[in-house]
Amino acid sequence: MLRSFLTRTRGRGRLDLTDWLTFGYLALAVVLMFGPVAWMALSSFKTESALQEYPPSLLPLAPIHVEVEGYEEPLQLFRVTGGEHEGKLLAQVRRIGLMSQMVDPQNPGERLQVNINDRVPEREFALAVENYSALFERFNFALYFWNSVFITVIATVITILFNSMAAFALSKYRFRGRTFVFILIIATLMIPPTINLVPIYLVVSELGMVNSPWGVIWPAVATPTGVFLLRQYMLTIPDDLLDAARMDHASEWRVYWRIVLPLSAPALAVLVIFSVMWRWNDFLWPLIVLTRSEQFTLQLALNSFQGDLQTSWSNLLAMTVLTLLPITIVFAFLQKYITTGIAQSGVK
Amino acid sequence: MAVLELDGLIKDYGDVCAIHGVDLTIDNGEFCVFVGPSGCGKSTLLRMIAGLEEISGGELRIDGERVNEQRASERGLAMVFQTYALYPHMTVRQNLAFGLENIRTPRPEIARRVEAAATMLQIGPYLERRPKQLSGGQRQRVAIGRAVVREPRVFLFDEPLSNLDAELRVTMRGEIAALHRRLGNTMIYVTHDQVEAMTMADKIVVLRDGRIEQAGTPLELYNQPANSFVAGFIGSPRMNFVDVTVREIRADGVMVSDAAGNDYRAAVNADGLKPGDAAELGIRPDHLIVGDAAGHAVTVQSVEQLGGESYLYCETGAGTPLTVHLAGQTGIRRGETTHVVFRPDYTHLFRTSDGLGMKRLVVGEAV
Amino acid sequence: MLAPVTTAASYLYRAAFELFERPMLAIQKMTGAQKIAWVFLLPNLLIFGLFTFLPIFLNFFYATSGSDRILLSERPYVGLENFSSLLACENYLDPNSCQRDIFWRAVHNTSWFVVLQVGFMILFSLVTALVLNRNIPLRGFFRSVFFYPVLLSPVVVALIWKWVLQRYGVLNAGLEAQGLPIVNWLVEADWAFFWIVFVSIWAHMGFYTLILLAGLQAIPADVYEAAEMDGASKWRVFSKITMPLLMPTMVVVLVLSLIRAVQAFDEIFVLTGGGPGSATLLLLQFIYETGFAFRPQLYGLAAAASLLMAAVLMVLTLLQLRAARGRGED
Repeated sequence: MLRSFLTRTRGRGRLDLTDWLTFGYLALAVVLMFGPVAWMALSSFKTESALQEYPPSLLPLAPIHVEVEGYEEPLQLFRVTGGEHEGKLLAQVRRIGLMSQMVDPQNPGERLQVNINDRVPEREFALAVENYSALFERFNFALYFWNSVFITVIATVITILFNSMAAFALSKYRFRGRTFVFILIIATLMIPPTINLVPIYLVVSELGMVNSPWGVIWPAVATPTGVFLLRQYMLTIPDDLLDAARMDHASEWRVYWRIVLPLSAPALAVLVIFSVMWRWNDFLWPLIVLTRSEQFTLQLALNSFQGDLQTSWSNLLAMTVLTLLPITIVFAFLQKYITTGIAQSGVK
Repeated sequence: MAVLELDGLIKDYGDVCAIHGVDLTIDNGEFCVFVGPSGCGKSTLLRMIAGLEEISGGELRIDGERVNEQRASERGLAMVFQTYALYPHMTVRQNLAFGLENIRTPRPEIARRVEAAATMLQIGPYLERRPKQLSGGQRQRVAIGRAVVREPRVFLFDEPLSNLDAELRVTMRGEIAALHRRLGNTMIYVTHDQVEAMTMADKIVVLRDGRIEQAGTPLELYNQPANSFVAGFIGSPRMNFVDVTVREIRADGVMVSDAAGNDYRAAVNADGLKPGDAAELGIRPDHLIVGDAAGHAVTVQSVEQLGGESYLYCETGAGTPLTVHLAGQTGIRRGETTHVVFRPDYTHLFRTSDGLGMKRLVVGEAV
Repeated sequence: MLAPVTTAASYLYRAAFELFERPMLAIQKMTGAQKIAWVFLLPNLLIFGLFTFLPIFLNFFYATSGSDRILLSERPYVGLENFSSLLACENYLDPNSCQRDIFWRAVHNTSWFVVLQVGFMILFSLVTALVLNRNIPLRGFFRSVFFYPVLLSPVVVALIWKWVLQRYGVLNAGLEAQGLPIVNWLVEADWAFFWIVFVSIWAHMGFYTLILLAGLQAIPADVYEAAEMDGASKWRVFSKITMPLLMPTMVVVLVLSLIRAVQAFDEIFVLTGGGPGSATLLLLQFIYETGFAFRPQLYGLAAAASLLMAAVLMVLTLLQLRAARGRGED
């Protein structure tokens, strides 16, 4: 396997310098691109005390506790690194100042005194899943998750519907003003919402949509990118098909819904992926419109928690992992589709 | 079953005029072929009849009723498209049923009609397949089937065979003709291939630049073309034309001579032609007799031997190309000089100024 | 397991069709089969009008009025005061000499950010695309490695790096293990600026790599074969064939990334909050804080700054359209 991996180069058999550079570059890239994500995912399973540790351990580890005869509570296990008991595994009964009272689990009758600098905790691999469960019990995670899902799903459905209707009109009808409308829509590509924040906020607040998911959804659904993408695709659907359907007694709505929409499925799928990504990851606009925490999306909740001193890293990391999980799963299944879709349409 | 009347139909796209007032009646049960070179407006005219193009002027009547304002689907017509236009995301069965479902035909009735059409067109085995999985000929049958199940008043065909290979085209030609015999519907068929027109039509309508050049039965058009355009368009290989000057008007026809001084007689009515007028002499390759020393000398440029028949491509003394058709095989070689006789009874004469064809004294192959 | 989902989906699809069928048919009877196009356009145009065209218009009213009221009727007209206050400056290269020193700090930071981020990102994207275009095993996997961060939300990206870069984070632990000095990355101004550039390249380069890779793969193989027959060296193939043929794609990538860099905000805001001080404060954060986050909300000043940013974007977009047209003509 490795041999074929290494020798599958430019078909000449021998590896030259550029091949080695290529492998080096890619190896470094995997560490740099995946490393931080993996590090965060691993860290999210550490207990709060393990997170405080420096230097940090690679894997999530937890102290080992053992049952010792004569003690009701399990006792933490330490390895002694110095002094007369060096090398032994002892359980700590209690700590008094710089000294720790310990017992040998094999011989629980005898109390031993060990300097706390002469012992290190014995640890084992353990996942602190309570970081995650706490999100649901204490942090209203389900609510934020639901807000995000609601906005993403509804906005995507409306985007698909409106954009495809507009694209259908622009690609399949000849009417006065068509070119003008098309140019108008394309021109809005030049006007990203970021330069209209203040007046859009006025419109949204006049419509009573501040602190409502609709204030995030409506301004976002008429994407010029989507109209353009779908129009270009629909242009490739032969007009004969539409004429055939009209001869088959189809109304214009039926032509759109039963012929054009199903045939545009590949382009619609690309737009669905884009729209889900856009809405799920949206940050600035929701930050402006949604100011009450019960309306927060996941992104807003994450942002507000990271600035909040009350929140511990253990919960924040777990929440980050849960936020990137849906996108990661979608990507894992559809990565080929997504990458080719984006490469072809050149939009993000 | 329907009579179609086109009364001064006009189509203009803003400033460009595509159809210049077409008058035509297509009788009940007639198989009418629109033929002409590409860009002549035949497809536009068909789409106007279908209701897919708006009618800018004139009136279209079906069974005496004005239908200009009716939508495509309300006119009770069915169309077979050049590209077949099968719905790629539906199976063959769904393709056939789509139109009937749209008018809420009861399910058993849809099933019955689909089965009947499938049997008639031998597409039964493919009903559950998608168009992509079918061959060209099968797709063509499905496209026809989709029209058949609708039981329309009139069938419209827009160059339906142009995407098929030569052999399949001959087969499908026969099948469409058979379909017409069986159903007896009025059918309008658009093609640029005059062979299809000749073999299938009850009535051929020759169009050029949005105008009807001539309408009539295939043999009418072949035997008495109204003008040089129709004469050149109908018949294969193409009619030979020689530029001539009128010399003398006689009872048995018109005497003309070409630039090299060769004389010809055309058995036609003079119909306003005067001596000295410029004219075009037309004769089909089949109506030239080779090897008769009394004829005009021509040089053979090339020879095509097809086995059962032969073609000579010659040049007259005046430099006019001449195609000659011979039955059987020939010993004539390239570069030889031979003589050809123009049979006067088969000779056409057209006025050069407007291309108008003179009435022939003897029409048909009766002689 | 998917069967009930697809059944439900197709049921909903049908139901939605029938819901609109009759009204649309009635409309079609009134409009005819051609003018109904406007009915299909209507929803999209309505949204555009309300949330894009109308706001452009309103932006000028905000930019020329004062006070912290959101309703235009309650805002006094102040002419070009907002613009002149933004532009009042003794020396544009020294933010401290400007009336709105924070704005100019943001302008400076954004300019540096755009130059560094776009420059290095295109360099890395190009190298990566060239590497991925080689006949390497697991190409799809490596392509995904670079692309994956593109999908992550800016907040997630920022938190991932914050966790790596914190004082007691894994990066410092690694440095210490190697005996190197440790740094408080996000607290020291220059390092903080380095990291916002780095993180935003990390997050976005996969996208541009993908576009460049598509551009590379669009170069026909026979051109390379011809060059090989002509005995061209690897370097000459790259400089005389690959680069010229890739140029149109490079231009598109350049302009796209410029437009996005000017509007950079999300991950940087979460990562550094613009700090330390205002060392990593960018233009859009200034607009956000002036208009929304800080009180009193200076909508007029924010709108004026937006319009200045819009002017820059407008120029960049026109460049993009020209570049796209240039590509189309090839």
